[in-house]
Amino acid sequence: MNQNPPEPSTENFIVVCPDGPILVRGDFEIVTPSGEPVPRQRKTVALCRCGASAIKPYCDGTHKLIGFRTEIPGKPGNKVAP
Amino acid sequence: MPIPHVRGPISAGLFRLLAGSPGDDPAAQAALQDLAAARLPDIEDVIEDGDVQLTLFCLYELHYGGLDGVTDRWEWNPGLIALRQLLEEPFERTLRDAALPYEGPAQLDSAQPDSAAGLDSDAVADILFGLAAQDGGPGMSRHVAKKATLKQLREFLIHKSIYQLKEADPHTWAIPRLHGRAKAALVEIQADEYGGGRPDRMHSTLFARTMRGLGLDDRYGAYADAVPPVSLASVNVMSLFGLNRRLRGAVAGHLAIYEMTSSRPNQLYGNGFRRLGFGADVTAYFDEHVEADAVHEQIAGRDLAGGLVESEPELFPDVLFGATAVMAIDDRLTLHIMGAWDDGESSLRAAVPAAV
Repeated sequence: MNQNPPEPSTENFIVVCPDGPILVRGDFEIVTPSGEPVPRQRKTVALCRCGASAIKPYCDGTHKLIGFRTEIPGKPGNKVAP
Repeated sequence: MPIPHVRGPISAGLFRLLAGSPGDDPAAQAALQDLAAARLPDIEDVIEDGDVQLTLFCLYELHYGGLDGVTDRWEWNPGLIALRQLLEEPFERTLRDAALPYEGPAQLDSAQPDSAAGLDSDAVADILFGLAAQDGGPGMSRHVAKKATLKQLREFLIHKSIYQLKEADPHTWAIPRLHGRAKAALVEIQADEYGGGRPDRMHSTLFARTMRGLGLDDRYGAYADAVPPVSLASVNVMSLFGLNRRLRGAVAGHLAIYEMTSSRPNQLYGNGFRRLGFGADVTAYFDEHVEADAVHEQIAGRDLAGGLVESEPELFPDVLFGATAVMAIDDRLTLHIMGAWDDGESSLRAAVPAAV
């Protein structure tokens, strides 16, 4: 706790949100297997982790309705550099 | 925005003053302060009082887009600030009373002075998500999705327009009052609210497009006369939090719950408009919020509210206050609107022309 925010850098961060989506922050592209860009409206995105989103690959909050639970290695909510 | 019609003696006194310049009539200004002070004790519920809510709404508006024909020199006039504080005091007190029952189990955490000191950001997010989960459920959104008539959809947009046409602005006041992780989080959310550099993607712009799609006037404040006091109160609460540094914890809690109770309802709202044949130009606003708020709720709960409590643990009770105030006011607004609709009536004060 009392973790300092990430220093400004070119690093990307993936935040595994407890019982929720995967938050991706930084410089990255989302592409289909053939390399086509997936439409994206914002810089930081939440990717569906529960499988129930109606707007995959993005999260639409449905994990809260289905009682999705995560078990995260280490401390919940820790930031893992990709 | 155009100056609305008066709703009582306080707003009448304010609008008379605003027609002139600061310093023109000190006696009238003192008389207005006295009048407000004399009236307030007799007002049973300031949240439902149109005169108080409209006066506050217009006093706050001086800090936003201003009022048509009113000189901007009024913005920091000490007399008007004093009037605002006089009205804010019972407003905040009433809000705290209304919000308290919503704290539920979270109340235990804030009741013990030491407990907040041990809360890390994940724990704060957990508590807020827990509050959001016991939210009464999408009563209005389900109705909008399945049953609402075109007339009701227009009313729904009119209520929302008081905030959504300046969406995100009240929370922006908090940015210079925060630092570190909480500040970075709020800026990240607000950048998205303001379109990420694309004016056409600003949430307020998307909402204006939705309004035009239903033949409504998309100028800010065009429907201020049409909405009940509780609709004005729902926006005033954000300005109260945003414009008072001491309430920065409440801003964080407010935004967090706002985001946490948004994705699913917006999905249903979008479905309601699609059900009546509206296309992407109208539903883009709601579709955007399904995706955006699923991102924002994570950042607002953990980094904004959680980050703030980690650095200033004593603000946790206000974070809870901000969160539960949204729930209390939203429930009242929903009750008002659904109650009117159940009776086959309009939820607005005055008939609104069907189209511009």
